[in-house]
Amino acid sequence: MKHSARKVTTMSKLTPTPGQTVGPFYGYALPYPKDRELLPPGSPGSIRLQGTVYDGAGHPVPDAILEIWQADAEGRVPQRTGSLVRDGYTFTGFGRCAVGNTGVFTFTTVNPGPTAPGAAPFISVVVFARGLMNRLFTRVYLPENEEALAADPLLSALEPERRRTLIARRDPDGGLSWDIRLQGENETVFLDFEGAAQ
Amino acid sequence: MPEEINLEIFNADPITEDVSDAAPEATPQAAAKAVPALDTAAESQQILSDEMKALGDAYAQARRNGAAAETQPRLDYPPYRSSILRHPTKSLQHADPETIELYSPAFGHMDVHALESDLTIQHNGEPMGERIIVSGRVLDGDGRPVAGQLVEIWQANSSGRYIHKRDQHPAPLDPNFTGVGRCITGADGSYSFTTIKPGAYPWKNHLNAWRPAHIHFSLFGQEFTQRIVTQMYFPGDPLFALDPIYQSIVDQDARDRLVATYNHDQTKPEWALAYNWDIVLTGSKRTWTENEALGAEGDDHE
Repeated sequence: MKHSARKVTTMSKLTPTPGQTVGPFYGYALPYPKDRELLPPGSPGSIRLQGTVYDGAGHPVPDAILEIWQADAEGRVPQRTGSLVRDGYTFTGFGRCAVGNTGVFTFTTVNPGPTAPGAAPFISVVVFARGLMNRLFTRVYLPENEEALAADPLLSALEPERRRTLIARRDPDGGLSWDIRLQGENETVFLDFEGAAQ
Repeated sequence: MPEEINLEIFNADPITEDVSDAAPEATPQAAAKAVPALDTAAESQQILSDEMKALGDAYAQARRNGAAAETQPRLDYPPYRSSILRHPTKSLQHADPETIELYSPAFGHMDVHALESDLTIQHNGEPMGERIIVSGRVLDGDGRPVAGQLVEIWQANSSGRYIHKRDQHPAPLDPNFTGVGRCITGADGSYSFTTIKPGAYPWKNHLNAWRPAHIHFSLFGQEFTQRIVTQMYFPGDPLFALDPIYQSIVDQDARDRLVATYNHDQTKPEWALAYNWDIVLTGSKRTWTENEALGAEGDDHE
């Protein structure tokens, strides 16, 4: 690429293209080998992030696909390529997991570090599913460090029962458990990044 | 690389799909969920069309009363029956993006082989159907090209059949067509795929439900908040007015943004018809430096 030839110009605002449902047939297109393994299972520092996606009737959703994107254990934002062709050593921070028949997803990753001193570490999550018209953004926070969680701008804006939907449980083996409820009781908090900044 | 695509991977996938709503032999969960859906499968197009018209009329009235134009599909759009239990009922929570959300995963030519953008050369022979070239640019909401990012597509073959094992539409599979492509955008945000025009296909939302021909697109921006999956349609499709997925975008201008344009100047004589489709992501939330706009480090952008 000829860097000098690139012009970064800002033009007038454009209206974003609408999203559409991922549909039922992504299964031969979006998954790829080791998509859910941000690092090899069992490697030092690796943890499991697992959970189930539920619909408004409390039934598991068997045709959802999730992506996660996160800082590394030191809180650095990865900017290395290689998410689609894992070399087993490079932590790219991105993973993708199509849920199984029982709505369960499993990622192998690391606990993200805080991206700023005192920040509450979280993993960014985007949810796609058949029957879901547009993707949904959310976050899963690490359960430790109550002080950081209390100071988090998003969490502190939520009622306690809604806030809980964004905080993972720590498993005895060190992993994280966190379910996604698309609708109904304990509906997961989903995020809107557009609109006026607060 | 296309030659490494393994059909067993597709067949090992456990995903159920639209057909499961009417197929109780699927999983126990799907069977339990399918009971109410069995009735809906018998609904006529007229019932669905009336529902869609009522929602469209209400939107038009709201617009006349000064409501803002909608630019995205409604998450709550009952005519797409599978959405009824799968949309959040609480308002989306406004959040200012935090550090990680202000960056996007980096993809590059390590991840995607150049040949993956040609869906017609993945097997030993030529696929059946109308060869097309679909190209355009990925821009952010500020009009800035999204350079060096991943674009993924998937689609039915020319007879309207997906290679997915749960697609039971009795149309022929094409041994020379998988229907999956990827590319990395150029410095100007450009992408180009060579493929086959997909056919319309039937689904089980209601009786005689047919999807307009479409290509699924998956896009990343330079910030994770710009992530989007959508569908590109072909101009003039007679199924637009009948399709609850397309109509879930209630604003006509917004719907039009999903429809490609035929481009005769780019059509290659005696080879392929050309369509153009530009994709606009949401605006940037981050203050950029010029170097950041140039794509990922550690990759071989040309």
